[in-house]
Parts: sequence; C-alpha cells; structure tokens
Amino acid sequence: MADETTDYAIKLDIFEGPLDLLLYLIKKNEIDIYNIPVALITEQYLQYLKIIKSLNLDLAGEYLVMASTLILIKSKMLLPVPDEPSAEENDEDPRAELVRQLLEYQTFKEAATALEARPLLERDVFARSAPIDDKVEKSTEDEDELIEVNVFELIEAFHRLVSRIDKKELLEIDLEKMSLTDIINDVMERLTREKNLTFEELLGERIDRRRIIYTFLAVLELIKMKMVKAYQTSAFGVIRIFPAVES
Amino acid sequence: MENFKAVIEALILASEAPLALEKICVILENVEKAEVKKAIEQLIVEYNERQSGICLAEVAGGFQFRTRSELSPWVKKLKGTKSASLSPAALETLAIVAYRQPIVKAEIEDIRGVDVSAPLRGLLDKKLVRIVGRKDVPGKPIIYGTTKKFLEVFNLKDLSELPTLRELKEISEQKEPELVTEPELIEDCSNT
Repeated sequence: MADETTDYAIKLDIFEGPLDLLLYLIKKNEIDIYNIPVALITEQYLQYLKIIKSLNLDLAGEYLVMASTLILIKSKMLLPVPDEPSAEENDEDPRAELVRQLLEYQTFKEAATALEARPLLERDVFARSAPIDDKVEKSTEDEDELIEVNVFELIEAFHRLVSRIDKKELLEIDLEKMSLTDIINDVMERLTREKNLTFEELLGERIDRRRIIYTFLAVLELIKMKMVKAYQTSAFGVIRIFPAVES
Repeated sequence: MENFKAVIEALILASEAPLALEKICVILENVEKAEVKKAIEQLIVEYNERQSGICLAEVAGGFQFRTRSELSPWVKKLKGTKSASLSPAALETLAIVAYRQPIVKAEIEDIRGVDVSAPLRGLLDKKLVRIVGRKDVPGKPIIYGTTKKFLEVFNLKDLSELPTLRELKEISEQKEPELVTEPELIEDCSNT
C-alpha cells in the first residue's frame, strides 16, 4: 500500500468528483461494475479521502456524501436477506442506483472525450474570418468591443502609476528640460508608429514624476484636440491609446 | 445561369458565418435547390481531390471554408492563438448539455455528481451554452441548451451528428428500462 501513496498524490487533482474517483477505483481493481465489492471499494475510497485531507486540499462536500452513500450500501448489504421469495431481487440490490449513476457518468465522460477529439475550430481548423474569438487583442478595428474611457479613469491610471514610483527617485533633481509640446509630438509620433499604446508603454523606461505628469497632460491635451482616443477592454482594464485619425 | 457553382463558391467564401443552403437558393433565385446541393457536393469533392489547404465543411446548418486540420500547426503560428481549451469539467458539462438538452442545472449535477456552477458559467461566457427558458416546476429552474456556436466550434452539422451514446443505450436495454424515459421537458423552449 505504501508505494501507492505517490500514485494517489498524482491522481488527486485529476478527479472530477466522487463518481470519477469511484470509476477510477473500479478500473484500477478491475472490478465488474455490475458487481461491485462494496466493502473493498468503500475502504479504498475512504483512504483517498484521508489523503486528500492530509494534503489539506479542499474536500468538496460531494465526496463526503458519496462516502456516506457507500457506507449505507455496505451496511445494507450486510443485513441478512429475508427468506421470503420476493420476485424482484434485482431491484433490491442496494448497489443498483449507484451503478446506474456510475454508468451514466461514464457515458458522458466518454462523450466529453469524443467531443474533445473532434477537429475544433480555432484549434485544429480555422475559418476565413474568425468570429469565434471574442477576446480583444491589440486590434484597432474592433472598436465596438472597447469601452471608451473617461477622464476619471485616466486619472486613476495616472494615480496608480505615480504611487508606484520609488520615493527616492522623487528627490532627484531632473535637469532635463521638458516641454509639453515636445511630449505631445513624441506621443503622436510613437502612436502613429505603434498604432496603439498603453499609458505605461508611452512612458517607457523613464518613469519619474515629471515625465508622468507631462505625458498625462499630453494625452489629455491630445484627447481634447481629438487627436487620440483612449479605450479599455473592460472596466479597470488596461487603458490603450489609439490615434484618432487612423484609417 | 451557367456557372452557378462558381457563384456558390464565392458566396460561401464571402460569408462571415456558415452559409445555409436556403440562403444560397434565395440569392441564386432560379436554380433548383437540388442543383445547388449537387454543386456544393461537387465543390466539396473538388477541394478534397486537389489536396487543397482548405476544405468546404458543412457546419452549424451551413457551409464554410475551413483550413485542414493537419495544417493547424502552421495556421496557429500565423494567428498566434493559444487555443483556449476547455477543462475536463467544462467538457463533461458541455457533453451532458449537448446530449440531454434542454436540461436544468440540477440534472447536470445529478449526472456529474458535483456542483457545475463554475463550468456552466464558463460555457455560457464562451457562448457554447445558452439559456433556453425556464422549466415549469417549483423554483422555475433555468433550462440550458447548446448554441449554434457550439456546432461551429465542434464541427457539427447539427445536433443529430453528435456521436450516439452507445453505452447508455446498452445499459438502458439490459438493466434499467426506466432510464429511457426522458425527464419532462418544455417543448416550446427548445426552439427559442
């Protein structure tokens, strides 16, 4: 048993639930699913639960429900079978419901594998235009999917950046002369070249307070002049700045 | 119209989504549906025969040009897509919805034996599963079904093309005959 613990550990996160774990045990022990030795399976099942607990993994409630079901079936099977010649013995097998559940689950598990094996769009096959992909990448065309940001969100992004600068750096005296016009020109030049940039990207390596403020002002100015547009893909998402007159 | 096969080819290429036979017929006006169908079948064969990089596939109730699956490594390089594959939990949930739809969440959970809220939400987000209505039982639970996008993504003409659940049939025949009876479903929801 001892050397199997490693085996357990590997398998743990693969289980999709108690039924999956039971199916695994049945397969591992090469058991006939229609004639499950409940005592053996229950014992092994509980062992797994112990290991899951010892690993401090979250034990889903469903696993415990299954454990109690197994114990219930086990105890039912221990009860002496009444001698009366009741006709439908099959229906009285306490395992019947569990077996049905297991078989049904197994069927869909296989169906899931079969589905996954199909040639999937955007994985194995590709269509000419892919309307399937909903996520917005660095595209400039899908502006519908982008949310236009307002000034407050820009300010917030600005705040985040400023609060990130190293305090020490703030004490340095920057002798570099900077003019808003220069920065505006710089921003526009880079935007036409790169198509779209985030505020962070606009700043580049030179993160100091003056630079941030000037760049921020430049962006605000450009938005005001309708030279650029600022968008984000979702609320609190990264803000991207696009040249307004692109195409 | 002489060369309507070329027209069909152009229409399918120009269409964003899989193009339905009916729609092609509407555009072509004077061509018999059977002839259009024959022309499409010819096109399919032609693309197959010349070992082309693309093939004409019948998916989601229409026709669409798609790249051949063997070529995916190259196309992926071009697109740079990291194929967002579904987790086993999502796939199992999706399989259950696909085969048992219309279905409510509790029924999916009965089969899987675990809570399916998270995978179900993921499938709804990916638009592979949709809400088709509410079941007329206490609590009015939401009924789920698969979408057209599901057919597109999984390369299926329609739901009938899903592989048959072989084993489930066997079971129901030999063991539990009552399993064949489907749960009560609301008919009018299936097509909304």
